[in-house]
Amino acid sequence: MSKNFVEFIIDGKKCMSEEGKYIIDAAKDNGVYIPTLCNIEGLKPKGACRICSVLVNGRPMTACTTPVTSGMEIENNIAQIEGIRKTIIEALFVEGNHFCPSCEKSGSCELQALAYKYKMLVPRFPFMFPIREVDASNPKLIKDHNRCILCKRCIRGIRDENDRSYFAFKKRGHEVEININHEMANKMTDRLARESMDICPVGALLIKESGFRTPIGQRKYDHLPIGSDIEK
Amino acid sequence: MSKKITIEPITRVEGHGKVTIKLDDQNNIEQTRLHIVEFRGFERFVQGRPYWEAPVLVQRLCGICPVSHHLAAAKALDVIVGAGTGKGLTPTGEKMRRLMHYGQFFQSHALHFFHLSSPDFLFGFDADPEMRNVVALTRSEEFRELAIQGVMMRKFGQEVIRLTAGKKIHGTGAIPGGINKNLSPEERDFLLKGDDPLNARKMVEWAQSAVDLFKDYYKKNREFVDHFSRFPSNHLSLVRDDGALDIYHGLLKAVDSEGRVIFDNVDYQEYLDFIGEEVRSWSYMKFPFIKSLGKEKGWYRVGPLARLNTCDFIPSPQAQKEFEIFKDHTGGKPNNFCLHTHWARLIETLYAAEMIKELLEDPDLQGNDLVTKGEKKKEGVGLIEAPRGTLFHHYSINDNDLIDMANLIVSTTNNNEPMNRAVNYVAKARMTGKEKITEPMMNAVEVVIRAYDPCLSCATHALGKMPLEMELLDVDGKLIDYKRSRQ
Repeated sequence: MSKNFVEFIIDGKKCMSEEGKYIIDAAKDNGVYIPTLCNIEGLKPKGACRICSVLVNGRPMTACTTPVTSGMEIENNIAQIEGIRKTIIEALFVEGNHFCPSCEKSGSCELQALAYKYKMLVPRFPFMFPIREVDASNPKLIKDHNRCILCKRCIRGIRDENDRSYFAFKKRGHEVEININHEMANKMTDRLARESMDICPVGALLIKESGFRTPIGQRKYDHLPIGSDIEK
Repeated sequence: MSKKITIEPITRVEGHGKVTIKLDDQNNIEQTRLHIVEFRGFERFVQGRPYWEAPVLVQRLCGICPVSHHLAAAKALDVIVGAGTGKGLTPTGEKMRRLMHYGQFFQSHALHFFHLSSPDFLFGFDADPEMRNVVALTRSEEFRELAIQGVMMRKFGQEVIRLTAGKKIHGTGAIPGGINKNLSPEERDFLLKGDDPLNARKMVEWAQSAVDLFKDYYKKNREFVDHFSRFPSNHLSLVRDDGALDIYHGLLKAVDSEGRVIFDNVDYQEYLDFIGEEVRSWSYMKFPFIKSLGKEKGWYRVGPLARLNTCDFIPSPQAQKEFEIFKDHTGGKPNNFCLHTHWARLIETLYAAEMIKELLEDPDLQGNDLVTKGEKKKEGVGLIEAPRGTLFHHYSINDNDLIDMANLIVSTTNNNEPMNRAVNYVAKARMTGKEKITEPMMNAVEVVIRAYDPCLSCATHALGKMPLEMELLDVDGKLIDYKRSRQ
């Protein structure tokens, strides 16, 4: 069956994509970067982080959950949207305990990279300094709840052969945190442990005893800002 | 009526401190104290973190010599991951770390002598305070070249750090059991054969000229330099197993003021059997002492002067020649003249430059075997000779690889009592019988503190500069006079 293509506009640029594709993916196909912290290509979108918010025909929508339609007018790189994104990033920083100087994900962290992109220079909101646990009881992975932004990427993306997730939310409200199924995690392969660390946009999931192996200069965002692989 | 003078804060050193001086009715010095008034608490907040974070986390104690903390922590964790000490690492691992450390020694010593201390010597202790800084040196026709030389020497050291640790300040090169990168041939050639002045050969030449500069100053001002502050003390440092100066690794050695050995060949994993720490109510900085001598007599000096007093020779030709001249001055016995610390520091700067040049020729730096490990342990101690002296890092971990104990004894902490003694010496010599505090008087106290190149930020495990203030109070604590040095 032949695919239907639709035309739409992002920031005045004429674009074309398959009908039904989410805006974030359709934009990527057209060389336009829309930032995200929770979305992963190939996984069902969640709309958890709201960083991908754009104006669709004048209304704010999440680009990861809204399918593109014919004639849609999308506003992405505008002051209003960038202000929203920067605010969300700042809120995420003060809500947790994010100490980049000693974090091994520094240089490869998506939250940090977005903070640089949106020029987060001074704290506007009061720090909450929550008291959170570092769970190192698993043989392969460390969960540092201080850094978790609850994006659910690990819950959605790290699964066994029976499609059972290794991770789940536990507790409620502001106390909600990522839990790991210890029985399953004890049998976790090195490859899946690596995928867990890589899928985490921040430094909340870490492989034990391997920190700082990547020299400065070879980390993901050492030379080019986040999104530059899309906006070439 | 007795009075109390407070000097707060102290300038051109790292961190925040103050000096109080009590005078009796006849204006004789009754008591002097160097107070360290900042608190940091790294020992506490590293607890609960994964052990491999420690070298990157604790180096934030300092922006001048973070490499020392980075490497001391990595050395302690080498023990924990079973790589052991000394030759436990791969040749590339050890030599890359050594190169990083020599680079930091070179830049830190250059910074201390040229940027912080040389204005006192070149312009005079009683010169206009606005003149006593490195910027004034660069504006002066007479000293411009020298100031540029100091700045470029520091830059070269920083480049060495960048290429070994990834960044000039707060890099990540050393990891438990080794290093995360080697030195590429291009990076090696940049340091070895770079355009003048940024190459190892020029740095050896400039380091030699800095030693000559001090010797020349000394020849003209011998009486002053020798008598500014001197008192007998014990001396402690790491020494290579054959008695050579080694700033990266060795065995602990302590000698008394006459050169008699207090202990030697001590494996630093056992440091707690030899070194104790005393807490005094008026300072956040502890007072370490040699246990066998007790709190009263066991205090000791660390740093350039102590290192040249404990070692038998320097394993690089030009520095060895200067070492021999230095030792001749005291007939081979330990040198207890405070301002000679600068002389010793410049000999060490020459040593570091020679070692960098030699090491850059070593093909092991281009090796790919970077990390090693063995049987894991729960506890490890890492010692290193930081520019300011012996640095102790001690960690233990729990079953889940999280740090549950950290003890840091930093160089300036080791020098706490000697700095207090030096302040007392200078205050007695300069202030006895004086009621009005003058700026040069205040600077003289700072000059002797600066000789130790104290890092008070590190020593309390703070941020910022260390400006000096003085208060003159009566016996009831009422303020009579107050001076604050310019920042």
